[in-house]
Amino acid sequence: MSTAYPTTWRKPPQMIQSRGWRIALALGAIVYLFLAIGTIEVNWARVIAGMERAQRFVAGFLQPDFTTRWRDISNGLMESLTMTFTSTVVGVAISIPIGVGAARNVAPRAVYLVCRAIIAVSRALQEIIVAIFFVALFGFGAFAGFLTLTFATIGFIGKLLAEDIEDIDEAQAEAIRATGASWIQLINYAIQPQVMPRLIGLSLYRLDINFRESAVIGIVGAGGIGAALNTSLSRYEYDSAGAILLIIIAIVMMAEYSSGYLRKWVK
Amino acid sequence: MSMASVETPVWAHRTPRNRLMLWAGWLACVALFVWCWERMTQRTIWAFVWDAPNAAADIGSRAFPPRWSYMERLWAPLWDTLNIATLGTLLGIAMAVPLAFLAASNTTPSRLILRPIALFVIVATRSINSLIWALLLVSILGPGILAGILAIALRSIGFIGKLLYEAIEETDIRQVEAITATGASQGQILTYGIVPQVLPSFYGISVFRWDINIRESAILGLVGAGGIGAQLNSSLNMLAWPQVMLIILVILGTVVVSEWVSAKVRHAII
Repeated sequence: MSTAYPTTWRKPPQMIQSRGWRIALALGAIVYLFLAIGTIEVNWARVIAGMERAQRFVAGFLQPDFTTRWRDISNGLMESLTMTFTSTVVGVAISIPIGVGAARNVAPRAVYLVCRAIIAVSRALQEIIVAIFFVALFGFGAFAGFLTLTFATIGFIGKLLAEDIEDIDEAQAEAIRATGASWIQLINYAIQPQVMPRLIGLSLYRLDINFRESAVIGIVGAGGIGAALNTSLSRYEYDSAGAILLIIIAIVMMAEYSSGYLRKWVK
Repeated sequence: MSMASVETPVWAHRTPRNRLMLWAGWLACVALFVWCWERMTQRTIWAFVWDAPNAAADIGSRAFPPRWSYMERLWAPLWDTLNIATLGTLLGIAMAVPLAFLAASNTTPSRLILRPIALFVIVATRSINSLIWALLLVSILGPGILAGILAIALRSIGFIGKLLYEAIEETDIRQVEAITATGASQGQILTYGIVPQVLPSFYGISVFRWDINIRESAILGLVGAGGIGAQLNSSLNMLAWPQVMLIILVILGTVVVSEWVSAKVRHAII
C-alpha cells in the first residue's frame, strides 16, 4: 500500500497562471524587440570618431578643471541654489491653499474641481516644456527658471498635501467641529497639526528635486548651473563639464542625506 | 486664609523659550529668502517680465489652431520615442538588477568593497538627469536614438536599483531560513527564497519607471537624442507655434495614456 509521491517539484509560475497567455506575451515581446531594435540606426564611423571624445570626457571627469571657468560655474551654481530656494518657498506657499482646496473633506465641490484641475495641469506638463514657454515669455535667465520650478512645485506639493488632508483622523476634526469652531479654526486646530510634519518633509523633498531640475532647465535657457554645463559641453571643454557634474552629484548627495536626516528629525 | 496672590497660570501652547526659537527660525528663513531673491533677480531684465502678458497673448494667438496636418509627420518620431523609453527601460533593468543584489545588505557578496561601489553607482546615476546624460552621449555617439536609449538606461539604473535593493532588504528572513534549512545552495536560496518575494515589487518598479521614461524620452530630442523632441526643437527654432502646440498636445496625450497603462498594470500586480 504505497502511494506514489512525486519526487520532483517545479516552482509554479508566479505572475501569469495561464500557459497560453505566457506564450503569447513572450512571442509579442520578441516581435516587438525585433521591430524596435530594427529602428536603431547607428553611424559607426561617427561612433568611432566619438570614442576619442569619450576618452577625453572620462579623463575630464577624473581630472576635473574647476579653475578655468570658475566664474561661470560659481555664477551658475549661485543662480541654481537661489532659484531652488525661492521657488520652493513660493511654490509651497501657493500650494497650501490649493492643497486645502483640493481635499474633498474640507472644500466645497466647485473649489475642489478647480484646484484639482490646477494640480492636474501642473503635473502633466514636464518642467522642460514649461521652461521653454517661460523663457519665451520672460526672457532668458533665472527668473524663468524660478517660475518653472514654482509651477512644478505647486502640482507636486498640492497633490500630496490634498491626499494627506483626505487621510486625516476624522475624530479630531469632529471634536473641533463639536466646539462650534469656524472653518478657519477647523483648519488651524484639527487639520494643520496632523499634516504639518508631512508638509515639512515634502517641502524638503521638493527642495531636493528642485535643485536637480534646476540643473536641467538651464539647457533650454532658464539659467542656473545647467546653462554653464551646456556651454562647456558645446565648447567641448570636458574637464569643466566634469567639474560641473561632480558639483551637481555632490550637492544632490548632500541634499539627499541631509533631507533624509531632517525628515527623521521632524517626525 | 488669604488666597488673593495666587495667580492662575495661563495655558500656552509653547514655552517662551520655544516661542523665541520659532520666531528666530522664521526670521532667518525670511531673511534667507529675501537675500536669495535679490541674488537671483540681479540679472533679470524686468522689461521682458512686464511685457510677458503681451508676449503670451501674441504666442497664444499664433499657436491656435494647432496644425493638425502636421500629425502625419509625427507618427515615426512617436514610435521612436516609445522605443527609446521601452528599450532604455529594459537595458536599465538589465544593469540595475545585478547592482541591486550587490547593494542589498542581505545578499551582497562583499560588504566592504562591492556594496559601497554599488551604492555609489546607484546614487551617481540617479543624480544626473537623463537630459544631461543625453547631452553627453549625443556629443560622444552622435545624434540619434541610440544616445537616447543609453541616456534613459543610465538614468533608470539608479532609480530601479535603489527601489529594488530596498525591496530585497525588506524580504522576510524566515522564508530564506526555511530554504537554507533544506540545504539549498546560494543560488537556490536566491531563486526560491528571495526572488519570489521581490518579484511583484520588481514588476511594479519597472512599469513605474517605464511610465516616467516615456515622459523623459519625449523631450530628449531637444538635445538631439531622437524621438518627438527633435520635431519640437525644429518647430521651436522655426517659431512654428501651431506645430509646437500640436506636438505638446501629442506629448500630453502620450503621457496620459502611459500613466493609465502603468496604473492598470500596477493595480493588477499588487
